[in-house]
Amino acid sequence: MNVFDIIGPIMIGPSSSHTAGAVRLGGVARKILQAEPVEAVIELSGSFAKTYKGHGTDKALLAGIMGFASNSAEIKDAFKLADEKGIKYSFIPVEIKDAHPNTARMKLKAENGKSCVVIGSSIGGGNIRVDYVNGMKVDFTGERNTILVMHKDRPGLIASVTNLMADKYRDVNIGNFRLSRPIRGGEAVMTIEIDGMPPEGMIEEIKDLEDVMNVILMRAL
Amino acid sequence: MFLYDSVRELTEAVAKSGRSLSELVIEDQAEAMELSTDEVYRKMEERFDVMVEAVHSGNDKNLRSTSGLTGGEGYKLNKYSQENGGIMGEFMTKAIGRALSVSGLNAAMGKIVATPTAGSCGIMPGCFVSLYEDRGFSKEAIVKSMFTASAIGMVIAKRANVAGAEGGCQAECGSAAAMVAAAMTELYGGNAEMSAHAAAIAISNQLGLVCDPVAGLVEIPCIKRNAQGVVTAMAAADMALAGLKSEIPCDEVIDAMKSVGDMLPCALKETAGGGLATTPTGIRLKEQIFGKD
Repeated sequence: MNVFDIIGPIMIGPSSSHTAGAVRLGGVARKILQAEPVEAVIELSGSFAKTYKGHGTDKALLAGIMGFASNSAEIKDAFKLADEKGIKYSFIPVEIKDAHPNTARMKLKAENGKSCVVIGSSIGGGNIRVDYVNGMKVDFTGERNTILVMHKDRPGLIASVTNLMADKYRDVNIGNFRLSRPIRGGEAVMTIEIDGMPPEGMIEEIKDLEDVMNVILMRAL
Repeated sequence: MFLYDSVRELTEAVAKSGRSLSELVIEDQAEAMELSTDEVYRKMEERFDVMVEAVHSGNDKNLRSTSGLTGGEGYKLNKYSQENGGIMGEFMTKAIGRALSVSGLNAAMGKIVATPTAGSCGIMPGCFVSLYEDRGFSKEAIVKSMFTASAIGMVIAKRANVAGAEGGCQAECGSAAAMVAAAMTELYGGNAEMSAHAAAIAISNQLGLVCDPVAGLVEIPCIKRNAQGVVTAMAAADMALAGLKSEIPCDEVIDAMKSVGDMLPCALKETAGGGLATTPTGIRLKEQIFGKD
């Protein structure tokens, strides 16, 4: 957290948690999909489910999914813009157990068949927390630059990622690290929050490591 | 580097260094964000500029919220202050007019600065733009004092919360008023200890304030609550500057706000399930916009 989380963001109203934070959540889901979305099924829980229409949370999430920022004037017209782009969208109030009051589960599909499921919460003042990516616990806030490494769960893989960072990119300091794997030997995800920007080439090199399926850099919001 | 987990940490650092809280926070934040103090200052200045802009574009007779429930409140107050001065005098009446202008603009999906949230976005511009335009404070002094405001806000966010959904309106308007009260105290020459008292008094005076938006919209009563946030902040700063102290230390007041927020039922935390939202008129207005359930 820094001063600009408290005085900020500069945003389009009416609600930092239900509008600005929602734009950011949509933006994270878009980034994880890594393609132009053609379909968005969005489930809303807690206060999001009860008041989303009044706060424009639906428009905000959709605007984020289309790549708009939380200070874009386009948020108001998100439905119209999505219709023009041919994006199918729906909003379903649900109850996600033990979730933060402002939580959304976003299921996105791209034209090339790629899909992703992202669960995240808007935790106040436009700040967000991403809880799950494709069923795997991640837990990052977007406050720092965050690297998501999707990989096969096998011995030595964490070391090969961190060794690469330590040996070749010495200035990179890891502020937070988390590994999540639902099944031993299955798909796993590393959430690596770093201080500052990742040096050029580092993300590509991690991608090239054996058994790494994908690497996504989420820039600090 | 500061942890921002207590106001005491901040006041002790100020006492030790003999410098102002805003100076220490600017340097600390520059280090934390790996930016120069000048860059951090410019980023804050950009926010102040948006606030000034919002005060003026929100002062519009024809401004209407997307729901159509509200709009034009700031314009009416400003006009009234020019014609009548107002019970509180022209300065205060104009200040609350500015707060209403910004909050009204927010409801109309206009551009604002969340401070700390959009629901409470009128309180800081209501106070600061008034000091800037009517009291001769320089932009630089005000932008600097915004770091003092943020420091108090960060402690509140760490120890309690700044979202209506978690803590009720006390967490939004209460926090905003506390932040601005602390900053204004510094602007008027008070020390960090006095700023902490101002923040504590502002929170204490809004403890328990529920978040009960009609139809779930950030309009009724949110827009007018921004005006009361301005009054609370100015009164708290004046009390602290006059030498009044909060008998309960600021950190404990923040903890009390957290515990009150936890005790508040979900119905009174932004879900439109109680308070003004469920009055017969509140329900009628909701049905007018969204139809019957």
